[in-house]
Amino acid sequence: MATPAIEILGLTKDYALGHWRPGKRRSLDNLSLEVQDGEVFGFLGPNGAGKTTTLKLLMSLIFPTAGTARIRGRSIQDVRMHREIGYLPEQPYFYDYLTARELLDYFAQFFGYSKAERRERVGRFLELVGMTQAANVQLRKFSKGMLQRVGIAQAILHDPKVVFLDEPMSGLDPIGRREVRDIILGLKSQGKTVFFSTHILSDAEMLCDRVGVLVGGKLQGVGAPGEIVSLEVKGMEILTDLPVGKTLPMPLAANATATGQRYRIQVPEAELYTAFDQLRACGAKILTVTPLRPTLEDYFLKLVENEKAASHAVEVTVP
Amino acid sequence: MSSNVSIVAINTFREAVRDRVLYNLIFFALLMMGAAILVGQISLGIERLVIINLGLSAISLFGLVMAIFIGVGLVYKEMDRRTLYSVLAKPIRRAEFLVGKFGGLLLTLAVNTLLMTFGLAGALLYVNRHFMASDGGILIAIYFILLEFALVTALALFFSCFSSPMLSTVFTLGIYIAGMFAQDIRNVGVMTKSPALTAITRVIYFLLPNFHNFNAIAAAGHGDPIPLALVGWNTLYAILYVAIVLTAAATIFAGRNLK
Repeated sequence: MATPAIEILGLTKDYALGHWRPGKRRSLDNLSLEVQDGEVFGFLGPNGAGKTTTLKLLMSLIFPTAGTARIRGRSIQDVRMHREIGYLPEQPYFYDYLTARELLDYFAQFFGYSKAERRERVGRFLELVGMTQAANVQLRKFSKGMLQRVGIAQAILHDPKVVFLDEPMSGLDPIGRREVRDIILGLKSQGKTVFFSTHILSDAEMLCDRVGVLVGGKLQGVGAPGEIVSLEVKGMEILTDLPVGKTLPMPLAANATATGQRYRIQVPEAELYTAFDQLRACGAKILTVTPLRPTLEDYFLKLVENEKAASHAVEVTVP
Repeated sequence: MSSNVSIVAINTFREAVRDRVLYNLIFFALLMMGAAILVGQISLGIERLVIINLGLSAISLFGLVMAIFIGVGLVYKEMDRRTLYSVLAKPIRRAEFLVGKFGGLLLTLAVNTLLMTFGLAGALLYVNRHFMASDGGILIAIYFILLEFALVTALALFFSCFSSPMLSTVFTLGIYIAGMFAQDIRNVGVMTKSPALTAITRVIYFLLPNFHNFNAIAAAGHGDPIPLALVGWNTLYAILYVAIVLTAAATIFAGRNLK
């Protein structure tokens, strides 16, 4: 069996509450996860769920309380592993006295490229992230979105096999977000593994082969976006136009929203044909019928609610 | 290893230059010009001594201020602004990064000192009209000052690995001052005739960097010869002390969780 691109084994991270306060706060709890070569993996979770902690652990910026991880078969403690990975930190900040071109050139030097190779690479990746015009401007003059673009360029500059992106869409306008999505899809088409954290579920649904949902430091579920949510149909939605002067019969009207004479009606699947009969009787024109399935967002919100309820339950427990 | 160290060192030097650190040279130039003109008018036969003392003291003071105030922020600033995240995700060890930062600041100090040395030479030439054979001692005194900078930078970097810039400044400055009086501290212990105090002050003496040995300003001013053995011992001492301090700093930094 092929070695997974990313292998996380029981990674746990506790933080001390403070210098003078005893006790610890668990930020990540026994995370185990595998990401296969060539996969685009979305790491989802609300703010404070432990996504950035996980990425920082994988980059050895912080050290685990327990557990370990391997990237392309190498321990995360092995500095050689860093030749094969790229990393975009959350809200990246770079040396503001350097220009974008100088920064990328500085980073490229760690990979041993010749001066000519560096010049070619830096130019190519600045163009990829749409920063050619600002290449010679000092980073202190860059907006958040521009820094994000430079951050993405430095993460993929050396052609890494595995790319870690911490909230890559953060701070970007719709055009920028679309460009980042295209970059991620481009990386996938080159066979790269992409592991990115986000709390924007539509991005995850659009880009990911699989997602993992992290809430309160615990992994709640892993799977393809379509698998992770139940495929069971919750009901049917009928979009219909009603003739002027006609009104919806009562059982349907209770579950309908109207825009002029156009109605969006939700009915249980078993009552679909009864609803058709009622609509036909009042002369309605049925435009579309769509099955209602839970979205990733529904699943996500449910998990967050469950977590909140659980933590609340702990707080009120009588000793 | 050496390649990564030099990449970081050159970038640190570039940072210092762009942060206008070398602007202190303007003050030094003004000081030297003012002193040269002034002592030419008021001193009677001691122009050379005054210029050398003033010039070397200014080189030492300006450099020490830079070594301490830039040194304590070298790593702390990178951690605080999180610029370190992207760097450490590259194939570089934390120890290499740390030594590179040290090398970069030392390079900055060396360039700064070299330019100041030209300024001092110019002022000497102005008051003396020619160089003397004993002026070679000035270069040795400057070499000792550079060794001193290396020690102070290493200490500042060491403290900045685990404390805030303000505390690191206090610690570094404290050790520098105590190090100037290392021999006196040892003598106090001996004078008390208490075996315990003698032992304690002896340990302190060996732990503190002995900065007194690096001060050759008076000898250079008076044209006294500086023994070559002292040059050798000071070089060896500085290399060993810096190596020990940087190893300790690298050990602390290697295990540090970045915020």
